[in-house]
Amino acid sequence: MVTSVSHSLFPENVFTRFHQALSPWLVERKTLLFSLAAYRTDEGQPWVLPVVKKVEQKIANDASLNHEYLPILGLPEFRANASRIVLGEDSRAIKENRVGGVQCLGGTGGLRIGAEFLRRWYNGTNNTATPVYISSPSWENHNSVFVNAGFKDIRAYRYWDAAKRGLDLEGLLEDMESAPEFSIFVLHACAHNPTGTDPTLEQWKQIAAVMKRRFLFPFFDSAYQGFASGCLDRDAWAVRYFVSEGFELFCAQSFSKNFGLYNERVGNLSVVGKDADNVQRVLSQMEKIVRTIWSNPPSQGARIVATTLTCPQLFAEWKDNVKTMADRVLLMRSELRARLQALGTPGTWNHITEQIGMFSFTGLNPKQVEYMIKEKHIYLMASGRINMCGLTTKNLDYVASSIHEAVTKFQ
Amino acid sequence: LGLSWWSHVEMGPPDPILGVTEAYKRDTNAKKMNLGVGAYRDDNGKPYVLNSIRKAEAQIAAKKMDKEYLPIAGLAEFNKASAELALGDTNEVIKSGRYVTVQTISGTGSLRVGASFLQRFFKYSRDVYLPKPSWGNHTPIFRDAGMQLHAYRYYDPKTCGFDFAGALDDISKIPEQSVILFHACAHNPTGVDPRPEQWKELAAVVKKRNLFAFFDMAYQGFASGDINRDSWAVRHFIEQGINVVLSQSYAKNMGLYGERVGAFSVICKDVDEAKRVESQLKILIRPMYSNPPINGARIATIILTSPDLRKEWLEEVKGMADRIIDMRNQLVANLKKEGSSHNWQHITDQIGMFCYTGLKPEQVERLTKEFSIYMTKDGRISVAGVTSGNVGYLARAIHQVSK
Repeated sequence: MVTSVSHSLFPENVFTRFHQALSPWLVERKTLLFSLAAYRTDEGQPWVLPVVKKVEQKIANDASLNHEYLPILGLPEFRANASRIVLGEDSRAIKENRVGGVQCLGGTGGLRIGAEFLRRWYNGTNNTATPVYISSPSWENHNSVFVNAGFKDIRAYRYWDAAKRGLDLEGLLEDMESAPEFSIFVLHACAHNPTGTDPTLEQWKQIAAVMKRRFLFPFFDSAYQGFASGCLDRDAWAVRYFVSEGFELFCAQSFSKNFGLYNERVGNLSVVGKDADNVQRVLSQMEKIVRTIWSNPPSQGARIVATTLTCPQLFAEWKDNVKTMADRVLLMRSELRARLQALGTPGTWNHITEQIGMFSFTGLNPKQVEYMIKEKHIYLMASGRINMCGLTTKNLDYVASSIHEAVTKFQ
Repeated sequence: LGLSWWSHVEMGPPDPILGVTEAYKRDTNAKKMNLGVGAYRDDNGKPYVLNSIRKAEAQIAAKKMDKEYLPIAGLAEFNKASAELALGDTNEVIKSGRYVTVQTISGTGSLRVGASFLQRFFKYSRDVYLPKPSWGNHTPIFRDAGMQLHAYRYYDPKTCGFDFAGALDDISKIPEQSVILFHACAHNPTGVDPRPEQWKELAAVVKKRNLFAFFDMAYQGFASGDINRDSWAVRHFIEQGINVVLSQSYAKNMGLYGERVGAFSVICKDVDEAKRVESQLKILIRPMYSNPPINGARIATIILTSPDLRKEWLEEVKGMADRIIDMRNQLVANLKKEGSSHNWQHITDQIGMFCYTGLKPEQVERLTKEFSIYMTKDGRISVAGVTSGNVGYLARAIHQVSK
């Protein structure tokens, strides 16, 4: 995902421009990009999933396919299967026919359609005053999505505890207790961006209990299912738990990372309601919203995902590809931590392996980050967020020693 | 909480245009005709994937490119080629670089980005003037973006042609610095376009009233078969010193409907203004969908920038336009054969995918109920849905409901 920093040394999108303009140069000059939100192989290269190559070839060879408009809500096989992926094979909600999907342009598109719908129809009609709570910190585009959807009261809920480098559960729950009833909460389904810190299963249960009691609306952002732990079901646990607790919720799913389909813009907004009738009416209103933003979604990416999810062999292959990516990230985490501990780098580094997903909040402060960037040419975010995908077996030593230098030179 | 959050959510009405296709699909009559959606069909009534497109796709498949995010503004090569297609590559605007083009989600996405940009940065007015009638989706797009809609006279139901006098009259009274939208060619839904000398007068009054011109060009090449002829109005306005904004779609002229290929351009005072405008367009796009889909833009870029494929594409576009013109001629001929006493000349005078037949809602309803011919209530037919195989049936049906 294109990233920019809330309190940045650099203007917006400079990292994308660096990457695109200087890629070959970077590899040569050891200028290491740890700021992009895209997977890289151990050779530091983008990776088109083997299953995706296979399916694309299938699509290219299928002369019966054309480029006609998809329905407004998207490719039906994609929508149904995408929702099935996050809610589970044996989802009662799906069996009870109270789940709907809207194919959207990536996770961003799903968030935007969901936000536009909520602003129009949630907690009254056109109630722009409903508070929307976004974690502190969060993906920086969350704020923008809800503001542009018309919400006037965007608030932060406590999440990251910098001192203990972990989840501020107490602060989080307090903020939920004091939030006005019916407030909307944007929750990261797994692999929290940017901290990599997720609630434990027990903590999720506590969160759900408070949200239920206070009538808070859960809007899940699921951009890393499968990519976090390597297991689809495990990464969807929180969403499924909320559904089993009877919540009506939205879940904006992105297939950018777990399918590596970044530029095809494949996403699904899953809607879970009380019953089929409610879901039908919700979808009909979402159609109207979609119609004035993009009319109908792009077909290529949805075809790839639908084809993969509906063929057992391809599905198995995909899960395998996803696990490959997740495992590499997990390996890099443990290798980095081991090196820092071996070097005796001041501080504790278990958060590197306790955190999950693409990102890690290293805990480096602005001065240390500046050193990393200026002196060591390691481009991480000013917040200290590092993309673990930037790590390779070749650069682990260099990165570890650079962190060591930064931490010992600047406090 | 046994109650749903959504108990009060009303069932939305079916989309008037796309809803026609839904109804058509449900019909079991073998003779049914879908003259609703503006999607091109060949003479067998089948969707048409252009050969030039297939070749471009084969090239892409062979190249095995990565799937990395595009920039927010999209594929740079595409943006440049798109602007050049619209304005001509020797245009002073292109040469000086005093424009910005961003890739968008086809025409709708382009209009929405444009409307949102105006809502945020066009401080002179909230008012957007559309021709009457206009594409049904224009109004909700601009409204959802926060603009207010008005209309200027355009279609003359008496002549089934252009109400030039009415248009000039209305436009001359539009408050200065309002936004006025024009269909660059192949007006949707009427098929009625101003002639060049009429465009000149329209440009003059727009200039005089200091109106902000927003062009929607969804049919370049598809209208007359000639891309330069179809973009003449846009180029003329710019030549007259009017810095327009422009929406382009490649849905029809490249048959890339479901790939969602489009562009939004802003003609600026200078390069510096263009850069500033671009930065703001990106700020609008990011919270909508972050960055656009690549597949269709890659195809379009290869077509536009490969001499052989571009030539082949232009021939295919002309082929589509010619078939449409042929169907118009055949429809009129068949209506005469049926013995219709009405003047159907407007069917051949109009241009592009759509035709405003002049039929009333009750007649349209009869066409659907009695003949399984599906079209929008306003009497608009998509000529692309007419074939040499069904034009006779259509003529008979129209004659039956209008005699």
